[in-house]
Amino acid sequence: MTEDNREAKVQVRHLTKCFGKLHVLDDISFDIKKGEFVCVVGPTGCGKTTFLNLLTKIYEPTSGELRIDGELADPKKHNLAFVFQEPSAYPWLTVEENLRFGLKIKRLPKKTIEERVEKIIRLLGLEKFRNSYPSDLSASTEQRVIIGRAFAMEPDLLLMDEPYAQMDIKLRFYLEDEVLRLWREIGTTVVFITHNIEEAVYLSEKVLILSNKPTTIKEELKNTLPYPRDITSRDFIDLRTHITDQIKWW
Amino acid sequence: MGQQKVRLHIENITKEFPLKNDRLAVVDKISLDVYDNEFLVLLGPGHCGKSVFLNILAGLEQPTGGTMELDGKPVTGTDPRIGMVFQKWSLLPWKTVMENTEIGPKFRGVDKKTRRAKAQEYIDLVGLHGFENAYPSQLSGGMKQRVGIARAYANDPEILIMDEPFGALDAQTRYSMEEEIIKIWQKQKRTVIFVTNNIEEAVYLGDRIVLFSSRPARIKEIYTNTLKRPRDMVSKEFLELRTTISDHSDLAL
Repeated sequence: MTEDNREAKVQVRHLTKCFGKLHVLDDISFDIKKGEFVCVVGPTGCGKTTFLNLLTKIYEPTSGELRIDGELADPKKHNLAFVFQEPSAYPWLTVEENLRFGLKIKRLPKKTIEERVEKIIRLLGLEKFRNSYPSDLSASTEQRVIIGRAFAMEPDLLLMDEPYAQMDIKLRFYLEDEVLRLWREIGTTVVFITHNIEEAVYLSEKVLILSNKPTTIKEELKNTLPYPRDITSRDFIDLRTHITDQIKWW
Repeated sequence: MGQQKVRLHIENITKEFPLKNDRLAVVDKISLDVYDNEFLVLLGPGHCGKSVFLNILAGLEQPTGGTMELDGKPVTGTDPRIGMVFQKWSLLPWKTVMENTEIGPKFRGVDKKTRRAKAQEYIDLVGLHGFENAYPSQLSGGMKQRVGIARAYANDPEILIMDEPFGALDAQTRYSMEEEIIKIWQKQKRTVIFVTNNIEEAVYLGDRIVLFSSRPARIKEIYTNTLKRPRDMVSKEFLELRTTISDHSDLAL
């Protein structure tokens, strides 16, 4: 295997968060490389959402820091994109307008906006739906638009909070292949949170396994299985079983 | 499996909804036998009409055509022998776990001592001992759905219909509830008809898996699942069956 010598894009150091007496995150440190696809898994209720909210700077940490390209992360300067579990397209905007929305706020040149919107529409095969409103779309298609919208921003860091939690297996694999395609084409640095271990093994280059509260990183696991991954292969199942054993509470 | 006793005989059940100038076919001529004490899973993509079919079985919806027989006698409308666990918890928020669980027998006029004893038995069975006096808002999602299951059992139905009961739970709580529901079913044998859109869940739970097409719902295939319980979700046979069903099912984008 070739050495991974991509530079560190995101550096998290000693991240700690307390709400009053409740100690949620405890001294978390890790690096994410430029263009890396990282999955975060952990037991139910372990503080994944708090973890995400700290990475997006929605919450300030009690102590510790988050750096992007060596600088302290600042939403005014850095471009942090977020995909929620529930589809969150603007209902009064069409698919195309939704894709354009963030780019317009960032005041990108008109030409760049059009190029990026067209690229996403093409990558997702949304030509048919470009003038549809979210209420005309199925939940899964709406979620695809949201994910496309986030990638269109070409963010420094893209955070996804279980975007496929409610989808059935067949649809999920289709969407997972799609998100990998976007990631590869656009080269975005991605943090993808999931409860689903099979999904984490299918997508990630690296898996962060979180512990119960107060949350620490229990294990940082490299995933070098070649893409596209075979979910029935021995290596895949071994990795899946190992991670499951690390977080199993049920 | 030829000697199995048929409990529910479903023939040509069809449901259409009227539109302005047209009719929307949702369920199209479904015929199916449900055997005694089996765990039958109905699997279909989102919006395929499986919930409508289920509502017909539970008597909550009238079919446009077709018939249904329970133990050889026709059923129309709701029947106390057929119980239901809903997708959303649908618990009464102002009532405690105990009061929610005993509500069926209470409305049928069962005396308090008897119905409480029964309710307690099922509260214990679903692992909520100690939470009898808690209100739904004080419970987690998994616990609320356990109350829904206890409530359905406390009604003593012979056939229990469950409409995607774990759909709103996270993947891990879902695994725990899947293990739980099989344990309950093995302890308290009932005929269970379980609806899901999750193929992994279907293969884990079902004795038989009925695969529906996308709307209008038709039966595409019925798989008999003889994998030994408790089932291992990463075993070769399990993944093979999962892949077979996945390849044969319709993608609903």
